[in-house]
Amino acid sequence: MGIRFILMVNKQGQTRLAQYYEWLTLEERRALEGEIVRKCLARTEQQCSFVEHRNYKIVYRRYASLFFLVGVDNDENELAILEFIHLLVETMDRHFGNVCELDIMFHLEKAHFMLEEMVMNGCIVETSKSNILSPIQLMEKMS
Amino acid sequence: MAGTSIMETLFQRDLDDLIKGIRQQQIKESLFISKAIEEIRREIKSTDLPTKSAALRKLSYLSSLHGADMSFAAFHAVEVMSSPQFFYKKIGYHAVTQSFNDDTPVILLITNQLRKDLNSSNQFEVSLALECLSRIGNVDLARDLTPEVFTLLSSNAVRVCFKRLVENLESSEPVILSAVVGVFCELCLKDPRSYLPLAPEFYKILVDSKNNWLLIKVLKIFAKLATLEPRLAKRVVEPICEFMRRTEAKSLLFECIRTVLSSLSEYESAVKLAVVKVREFLVDDDPNLKYLGLQALSIIAPKHLWAVLENKDFVIKSLSDGDYNIKLESLRLLMSMVSESNVAEISRVLINYALKSDPEFCNQILGSILSTCCRNLYEVIVDFDWYASLLGEMVRIPHCQKGEEIEHQIIDIAMRVKDVRPALVHVCRNLLIDPALLGNPFLHRILSAAAWVSGEYVEFSRNPFELMEALLQPRTNLLLPSIRAVYVQSVFKVLIFCAHSYLLHKENISSVNTDNLASEVPESVFARMSCENSDLATSEAPASSEQHDSFNPRNINQSFGDLSIENGGDATVSNSQASTSASLGRNSFTHESIVNLFNIVELALGPLSRSHDVEIQERARNVLGFTDLIEQEILNPVVQGEENLARAETEASRVVKLMCDAFSEELGPVSTSAQDRVPVPDGLLLKENLADLETICGDIQLPLSSSFSLSSTPLGEAVDISRTNLQSKDETEPSHESTSLLAEHRKRHGLYYLASEKSEGASNDYPPANDPMSQDKLNDDAEDLLKLTEQSLAPKKKPNQAKPRPVVLKLDGDEISVAAKKPELKDDLLSGVVQDVLLGNDGVPSSSRSNRSENLSGKSKGKEKLSTDLSLETKENVPGEKMPDHVNTSSRRSKHRSHGKERRQKGQGKDGEEKEDNGQKEKRKSNHHRGKHKAHQRADEPLNVVAQTPVIPDFLL
Repeated sequence: MGIRFILMVNKQGQTRLAQYYEWLTLEERRALEGEIVRKCLARTEQQCSFVEHRNYKIVYRRYASLFFLVGVDNDENELAILEFIHLLVETMDRHFGNVCELDIMFHLEKAHFMLEEMVMNGCIVETSKSNILSPIQLMEKMS
Repeated sequence: MAGTSIMETLFQRDLDDLIKGIRQQQIKESLFISKAIEEIRREIKSTDLPTKSAALRKLSYLSSLHGADMSFAAFHAVEVMSSPQFFYKKIGYHAVTQSFNDDTPVILLITNQLRKDLNSSNQFEVSLALECLSRIGNVDLARDLTPEVFTLLSSNAVRVCFKRLVENLESSEPVILSAVVGVFCELCLKDPRSYLPLAPEFYKILVDSKNNWLLIKVLKIFAKLATLEPRLAKRVVEPICEFMRRTEAKSLLFECIRTVLSSLSEYESAVKLAVVKVREFLVDDDPNLKYLGLQALSIIAPKHLWAVLENKDFVIKSLSDGDYNIKLESLRLLMSMVSESNVAEISRVLINYALKSDPEFCNQILGSILSTCCRNLYEVIVDFDWYASLLGEMVRIPHCQKGEEIEHQIIDIAMRVKDVRPALVHVCRNLLIDPALLGNPFLHRILSAAAWVSGEYVEFSRNPFELMEALLQPRTNLLLPSIRAVYVQSVFKVLIFCAHSYLLHKENISSVNTDNLASEVPESVFARMSCENSDLATSEAPASSEQHDSFNPRNINQSFGDLSIENGGDATVSNSQASTSASLGRNSFTHESIVNLFNIVELALGPLSRSHDVEIQERARNVLGFTDLIEQEILNPVVQGEENLARAETEASRVVKLMCDAFSEELGPVSTSAQDRVPVPDGLLLKENLADLETICGDIQLPLSSSFSLSSTPLGEAVDISRTNLQSKDETEPSHESTSLLAEHRKRHGLYYLASEKSEGASNDYPPANDPMSQDKLNDDAEDLLKLTEQSLAPKKKPNQAKPRPVVLKLDGDEISVAAKKPELKDDLLSGVVQDVLLGNDGVPSSSRSNRSENLSGKSKGKEKLSTDLSLETKENVPGEKMPDHVNTSSRRSKHRSHGKERRQKGQGKDGEEKEDNGQKEKRKSNHHRGKHKAHQRADEPLNVVAQTPVIPDFLL
């Protein structure tokens, strides 16, 4: 399994999206998120985007006020995950039009839906933006 | 009822309201959330689907972002999920995916719903169900729903299971292709061998595809396969190099580098190219690339150290990078480069960095030095004197918080490495006499180790009086009671040593007036020997056992050797000290000095005898009791006549000797499992009445500690804390009868005894300690480090090894990590079937196939793997397990150990060979194994071999 979890966290350290691909109890999730956020948010722009934590490698990237944190296995390609984060942001950007934190907050389900299109049980399966977005657009047309 | 439902529908807050509400609550967010959950609990029970689903939606939100518990809503989620409308169904599925796990009781209820949705004509419903299944699938669900997933595979132009999955590798549809490659990448991680036959397909993708995501996955697959199949490696190395030259994408480039470095490291040119690219990463401004570059280097470090050496300047520079992660990575890289030849230099570089670093990184550095150096029983350390001084230096680093590790290592090397003791005692003395160190609570544990070492090996001390003052200095009241107790115990040992030396000295003077003046050295040797080996001390009485007799000459030699070591150690500090220390035995144990010593001890320990801590109190009282006993006899001889004096002193010396003997037994490390390994010998009745033993041992003065004694302090004083884990190595020195009994016993059950002498061979030719090399480098500061490492990191061949490495006592219980990786045990039933599918037998749909022989071969394969593993394991265990047979002489032991090493290397070499062998050979080999272990399954083999061989060569040759 490549990706173990995906988090979006704002500057204040509040979680805005959390998607886990392995089962952790609520307490474990809280603890993990707390530790990771503390570790990653303290880092400066000049430092590298990879943090080792427990048995994960965290690949993170900051867009404006939002941090995208992806926990991966140790043998995952870090740069590919960075590109994946960028792809995710671009996809959301295309859908929401200049995506911001509020978009994700109020349309969490859509964000989850996009993720589900892109990632299946921790493996990246879809990387074409239009393929990812077509079901969502269809849904919006329906309602 | 209907009314409330309408009311709820009308006035229910939807998710947006909830989010807005949360955003408005600045302070009482948790209160707001718990209120909202109360609401949800009410709403979710509604029979109205919109209300229920809105409530569930809110709950999912709160659970995912605010950690609310949603297990109570499991059943409601199932209800919403079964709604026919996609909008609600989606909410239900989301909730289920997010909150269900194997322990959720209602998970069994969703099987039918999943089946229904998997069979749905609406592809979006199908995808919801698939996503859900992939996340929460457990054994039950998988068993019940696999047919549906298979059907699905067929509906999308993919017919039956695995075979069809393989066909999709040739799909032109990029989405399908990337999904399939993803699947195989995952599968390969678990059991690469099964997928070797697919290599041609993967190769085609590697060459044809333009999709970087896909290429990365394929590279990952090849990284696994290439290690199994050298011909495959040969084939893929060129395209991968081509990628490295051409590609713009850093992620792909990095994956290529990683693949080459980890799996294709035999291909010189490819490795060279990869290292060039790594270099580009390292000098890049992007910290990400820097970090990855360092990681790449640490992959290659074990096999191609030159790659690291080429970039060593950068690695060392990275130690002072602003990014903690990069620093850490370069630290790891440096540690991976450590070998016997450069450990001193690297440690020096790092200690200098540690001095300048922030506390966290400083301790990281110290920790990694400590753990690297003690790896495999101090494998990399040749010069233990240097290591002892390094430990001493670490203590002086202001941020040092590694008390526990250093404490452990000081005691550990003191016990294991006999030759280091003089140097170590010197280091410990320097620590103990520094009152400043007592102020740092992080160092207290180290001080306790230092106190223990100084007490236990006091015979190596240059100035016991100074040591005594250090142990009794007023600031010791800052120590924890438990550590203080160790101090008191050490005081006891030092006191006894001094008294003993004094008495011996006196005896010698009175008996041989002139001779001894001429030869100081033998006398001090004699004094020390008497402490070190009680049987030698009492050699006036013919107490030595037959077995010890044989050791005697060597022992003397060795003691001389030890002395020269001690003096050699001194020499580096100041040459003049050597002579003073040699003459110390004579000059310093004067009557006044002993009186003075007793006074100091009584003065300092007096208050402690009323201490509230029982350990301190008891030990202090023991010491005071001893001084009371001895004092009148030793210290007031002035008024007595000559004969009286002689008589009194013989009595006193008897007591002192007794105590000295009690302390002089050496404590050796004993593995925790030692007792378990001793089977109860035949005819031994553990519960037999031993009353008759008293008649045999009646005239023994010491309470006889039985031959299996665990404690070395037979006089019944409190057992030293730091000793509680240890057991006495030698037997106590009992009287004639029992020694002969013991000798008998030892002869018969020799393998249960630890060696009585560990390092006779090594110590005789032990040259002067402290390499001048490391001394020279002491003053180097950071600027010189680069230059310094330039020479030191270069792979020298056994540089300036003026002396052999001292023997490190090794126990069978010590775990030595073996580099060779043991292949993991897998559930090979699956892979066996998979292989069968891949290797032809097209027509039969594998899902329905329960061909007996197929299954059997799969199973037997698993078993065969297991059995080879076992044989491998036992091979590795051999050196450890055989150890006890040979513990009686250390020379044999060391031989045996080296033999063990050889074997291990052989084992590795074999591994390498195995890798180089082609698959066919490998199979033959495994058949061979199987033939050995599972002869009755031979019938299956021919079929298997025939089926497996043709596929790979077609592609590769």
